[in-house]
Amino acid sequence: MVDEGAGEIESVVPERRSGKRLRLGSGGDFWLVAWLDVAESMHARWFALYALVFGGLVSLLFVFGLTESQILGFLGLSRLLVTYIQICMAILPIFILITTVRSLAGDREAGVFEYLLSLPVSLAGWFWGKMIGRFAVVFLPVFFAMAAAAGWAVRQEIPVPWEIFAFYTALLAALAWCFLGIAMLISTLTRSSDVAQGAAFLVWLCLVLFLDLILLGVMVQERFPAETAVAVALANPLQVFRTAAMMLFDPDMVLLGPSAFVILDAFGTHGYLAYAIGYPVALGSAFAIVGYLVFRRGDLP
Amino acid sequence: MIRIDKLSKSFRGARVLENLSLHVPAGERVALVGANGAGKTTLIRCLLGEYTYDGLVAVNGLSPRSHRKQVLRHVGFVPQLPPPLKLTVGQLLRFAAALCRSDPDRMADVASGLGLDVRALRRQPFAKLSGGQKQKLLISVALGRDTKLLIMDEPAANLDPDARRHFFELLADRAANNTMLISSHRLDEVAQLVRRVVELERGQISLDDRVADSGTLDSLLHCRLELGRREESVAKTLVRWGFCDDAGGLVWRGAVPGPDRLRFFAALARYSGLIRSLTLDERADDDG
Repeated sequence: MVDEGAGEIESVVPERRSGKRLRLGSGGDFWLVAWLDVAESMHARWFALYALVFGGLVSLLFVFGLTESQILGFLGLSRLLVTYIQICMAILPIFILITTVRSLAGDREAGVFEYLLSLPVSLAGWFWGKMIGRFAVVFLPVFFAMAAAAGWAVRQEIPVPWEIFAFYTALLAALAWCFLGIAMLISTLTRSSDVAQGAAFLVWLCLVLFLDLILLGVMVQERFPAETAVAVALANPLQVFRTAAMMLFDPDMVLLGPSAFVILDAFGTHGYLAYAIGYPVALGSAFAIVGYLVFRRGDLP
Repeated sequence: MIRIDKLSKSFRGARVLENLSLHVPAGERVALVGANGAGKTTLIRCLLGEYTYDGLVAVNGLSPRSHRKQVLRHVGFVPQLPPPLKLTVGQLLRFAAALCRSDPDRMADVASGLGLDVRALRRQPFAKLSGGQKQKLLISVALGRDTKLLIMDEPAANLDPDARRHFFELLADRAANNTMLISSHRLDEVAQLVRRVVELERGQISLDDRVADSGTLDSLLHCRLELGRREESVAKTLVRWGFCDDAGGLVWRGAVPGPDRLRFFAALARYSGLIRSLTLDERADDDG
């Protein structure tokens, strides 16, 4: 498709064509759209359910006395955190994928994009503002639930492993950003919420299938080269998160599969933790950038 | 103000706009009419820079696609179907005003003139308003700021007679320095608002004609209506139009906005057998 209107300038100084380089949009647009997305989400049912699930999870872990039990050497808040992080790994990605693609594709179908994009907002401001607003909406309930648990532990004089708490926060933020980037790309590539949800579920299923246990069960059994199994484990953000999360409590990797040993040998503990935070962020950003480029070049509503 | 040359748009191989050319000078009021699927919405979305296309689209000399902020800053848009926004009324006004560099109070004042008390509804989610309230609010966002081009898709369809009258007055205030493109699938809905009619059929212009009408947007027709007998349903209709009863339901007086005259006749059509006399006078009516 060509777009020749820019050749007909009468009086206004020409703006640099937005296609030349990637920009975040003017600051005002960006923050306004981020605020808009937060405000819209606060009134949405999916957000109420989402916040309830993560808040409820922490409450349930307290109710079942996880802070008072000791299993495999984990006790106090560490025990609660390790359980919480494992549950987060199972449900956070699919929650983010489905709620994001459903609401964005649904908004497009219902005419929300048609109306809001008739207002003078830059496409960069719109897209990246949406992404940041949505990140706040999906990450903060998860973080606040964990922070509430830590606050309660402090009040009850239960020891809080603050270093691990900080690493978990960073890991969860990286995981949320990664799947948000994937969701933004799926939302721009699909035209209906049904297709978008189907695609999101498929992506999640593929990543779950390539977790360490399945790698162990299938790839090793089929005598794939060890490097292939390790490369797949390193490329899968879910596996990267899982390995890093367990590493903090299990430095000897007793609970993890064989690919983790190879990974640890190559990276070292600190190197791997840095990779586990940096890689999902880079991957999510790359998907989001592709999504933005597709969004900017196509039909908006 | 609007220049469209050889505009074509396809969706998955289906041609929706075909080599369409249209020039609209500044200050002109144009009705865009056509059946469902004629291409009106697609044309509007091209003008708003929301679709990619083949050909040329320029608003005030600028492409709405590549210069969207500069173009849209001066464009007020009212969609036919209100979007299901979950924002509250207050949040929507603040958001729109901030983007458009306007004042939310100015938008609230326009809404107030249309009979919508925004201050009382500010915490109400937009999606929970009635159809008429949503339409009034979207009109307020479009007219509560400085514009040069108004693009409206059946803007008055959900408005009550009082709100329609005020809406026509607002349009009249802007007629001198705004270009207007009003879309509808029925010509009688918009004919009185415009000076030019462009009809689309299968993505092409099938008619481009002038409207012969000396009335202005803010003209008012004083009306006296005499009925053969009193009828409750007629009375309800006339009260909705702001008419007052003079003689036990047999003689009614009121004022009809000039642009609404066709709509008024349509409302009376079903009671035509009851009408004994009907006068409409554009001058001030002192003696009826």
